Amino acid sequence: MKKLVLAITAALSIGTANAAEYVIDTKGAHASINFKIQHLGYSWLTGRFNEFGGKFSYDEKNPEAANITVTIDTDSIDSNHAERDKHLKGDDFLSVDDYPKATFVSTKVVDKGNGMMDIMGNFTLHGVTKPITIEAKKIGEGSDPWGGYRAGFMGTTTIALKDFGIDYDLGPASQHVELSLHVEGVKQ
Amino acid sequence: MKGRWSRKLIAIHWLSALVVIGMFASGLWMVDLTYYSTWYKTAPHWHKSIGLILFAVTAYRLTVRLRSERPPSFGNRAENMAGKVVQGLMYGLLMGLFFSGYLISTADGRAIAVFDWFSLPGFGAIVENQEDIAGDIHFYVACTFIGVATLHAIAAFKHHFINKDDTLRQMLRLRSSK
Repeated sequence: MKKLVLAITAALSIGTANAAEYVIDTKGAHASINFKIQHLGYSWLTGRFNEFGGKFSYDEKNPEAANITVTIDTDSIDSNHAERDKHLKGDDFLSVDDYPKATFVSTKVVDKGNGMMDIMGNFTLHGVTKPITIEAKKIGEGSDPWGGYRAGFMGTTTIALKDFGIDYDLGPASQHVELSLHVEGVKQ
Repeated sequence: MKGRWSRKLIAIHWLSALVVIGMFASGLWMVDLTYYSTWYKTAPHWHKSIGLILFAVTAYRLTVRLRSERPPSFGNRAENMAGKVVQGLMYGLLMGLFFSGYLISTADGRAIAVFDWFSLPGFGAIVENQEDIAGDIHFYVACTFIGVATLHAIAAFKHHFINKDDTLRQMLRLRSSK
């Protein structure tokens, strides 16, 4: 019995040792959170959130044990037009005074092979928390030239604005927003 | 021209009164327009254009006003002081509106088109989230301005109906009651 406990403890500690912790490299800006939405159905309007942070753990050998949390400062939205950003930050959309943060916390990762994963988790935006799935892909990992170790991913997901209580009418083609995340983590 | 307001200042005074009321109403109305409203683009465009023209007119008005003597004032010293403070405050708040409005639209360095006649260049942001901060200032200064302007109007009516002096008549170039 004692041996079994020891074995389990050892296995667990190996498990945690292998799943490295990474901090998203926002300092060096090797990460971005972008969005795009249809404008009238005629084109794509793209923008991004300039301020966010997060961390993830990842082990190549056991991708399903991975997890990630990301926190976005909603008032850092940037669509390259100050008047529009003002509108997006106001009560018609993000209400950043009331909801200054948007967060994603993963709950489950499904490995689809070849570095592809479905990351399920809870996304909180505009004060509403809903489960979403991010389709993620590992881009690469390895040593960097400055003595560190990095791993990078990209992920996309589509959300319906109405699901998060944002009901300003932008027209039938503009009900959904596509979010894309490009994150590079530095191993801690 | 001592003794009476110049026609120029009177014209600008009443024109400004009409314009600022229109600007306050249009400002409150246009921020709630729906995306598919035909006014969605036009209303802010006109609001900005008229605001900047009023800025030029007000700058001109101030140079004329400062170089001219005002007609005789009525009422006691405290009333005269209060009148001066309110009028000065209105000029100051107007300037606050022009600058805060300008800083909203130019926070990303974009120019403001005055109708389609010419553009006033923008200089980008001085502070972070300038469009939001300038927007809040623009709103609260506008509300304060309307409050102070209401006091100004009430005072004018008080002069006219209660004190029965020539304060309001002077601004209308009507013949003196005496």
